Amino acid sequence: MSSVLFDVPGPKARTRNVYLNAVTLIVVVGIIAFILFRFYQSGQFTAQKWEVFTFPLVQETFLKAIGATLSAFAVGAVGSLVLGIVLAFGRLADSKWLSLPCYWFTEVFRAVPLLILMMIMYYGLPSAGVKGITPFIAVVVGLILYNGSVLAEVFRAGIESLPKGQREAGLAIGLTNGQALRSILLPQAIRAMLPVIISQLVVIMKDTALGFLITYNEILYYSAVLGSQGDFGFPVVPALMVAAVIYVGLCLILSGVAKFTEYKMSSRVKVVKAKVGIAG
Amino acid sequence: MNVLINNSELFITGFKNTGILFVFSAFFALILGTIVAGMRVSPAPAMRGAGTFYVNAVRNTPLTLILAFFALGYPQLGLPQISFMNAAIVGLSLYTATYVSEAIRSGINTVSVGQSEAARAIGLPFMQTLTLIVLPQAFRSVVPPLFSVFIALLKNTTVAAGFSVLEAGAIRAYLSERGEPLLPGLLWVALIFVVLVLAILTPLQRYLEKKWRVAR
Repeated sequence: MSSVLFDVPGPKARTRNVYLNAVTLIVVVGIIAFILFRFYQSGQFTAQKWEVFTFPLVQETFLKAIGATLSAFAVGAVGSLVLGIVLAFGRLADSKWLSLPCYWFTEVFRAVPLLILMMIMYYGLPSAGVKGITPFIAVVVGLILYNGSVLAEVFRAGIESLPKGQREAGLAIGLTNGQALRSILLPQAIRAMLPVIISQLVVIMKDTALGFLITYNEILYYSAVLGSQGDFGFPVVPALMVAAVIYVGLCLILSGVAKFTEYKMSSRVKVVKAKVGIAG
Repeated sequence: MNVLINNSELFITGFKNTGILFVFSAFFALILGTIVAGMRVSPAPAMRGAGTFYVNAVRNTPLTLILAFFALGYPQLGLPQISFMNAAIVGLSLYTATYVSEAIRSGINTVSVGQSEAARAIGLPFMQTLTLIVLPQAFRSVVPPLFSVFIALLKNTTVAAGFSVLEAGAIRAYLSERGEPLLPGLLWVALIFVVLVLAILTPLQRYLEKKWRVAR
């Protein structure tokens, strides 16, 4: 059975599905064709507007912009993971003096819009006399504070979903609470939550595009700059299309990694189960 | 405090527009997301394909890029011009609808098979099985994820500030034009968002979650 919602189609349903397919195809192709036609009509596909991408200098700068996006992503991702683990530990600590501040930290930084965080870093702090805040620092710190708080909740949920006996066994063999957390609970939690963690990495990747709004020279920023070049007939639409393809490509690679690990892990769990079965 | 009082009309307009963006985008995203979720579980493969393509393409595109397209690219289309506000609503709705659709689809999967089997047994076709039996139950079980989607939407409205919409995210630009201190101004914006999310939306989410909990 393919779905809970409908039976295996009979002859009548099959003909109806053919019609439904045809209608959907016509609508979808119609919308895409209309957009492309309009772009064509307004001259978005003229050689003049696309020629700009053949210039080595433009290509080079685009590569630099991709590098800027990727470096913000890499630093943001690593920082968020570290902050997430630290905050999750803090929240699970025995001492109220440690767990309460960590609780409020995660709650507050998840509630503030990321763009506002970046603005506080980039516009707010320099206006209050803090020096040396580059757009890169603002983007990365914003990403780390926000996504670190989100990941802290992910780690905590992963740790709390584990059977209670895991921690108790750790304490029973004489580990401290922190040691049990580090060497017994966290590795299992990370493994269980890996798909969620990687999809959060996709979010980090997408959120680097917010850097555009605080003048960080990443892909989208450079596309907008390119689109405002009068010499090439303002190739806004081509530049945005190229940016979209790059972003979707990068995110799909990450999503693919998430799917792959999920698949890998589900198969590994199966192996473990089989072994337990044999032993039992 | 002075920044807030001296510029109260700016803060009020800003957050009023944030509210408008939020309410309309949430409304359209909910409708579109439900339709897309319906398409993704429908018996026609082309509908499933179209729904999946839409969700995968839009979910992997940054919201900033989508809004940039509507603000910078759309005017080049030669279609009737729309205001930046409406463009932002369209962009936010299209973006949020993919998350709504994913939430509802996972909700559909939680409805037990027996429900739709029973619906089919009494002769209901697909559309009625979906809209009368499965979706009402699915909606109840997706209240928490759906609320998370809407909280994210509220925060995402700030991105529209980059594209000439005067909402909460744009308050910064107006403050610096007036030569007001930026840090306190921005901290006020952040604080209002914290209050909106933690004092209003999150408790509402808990309340609805409790009220509509499905006994299974």
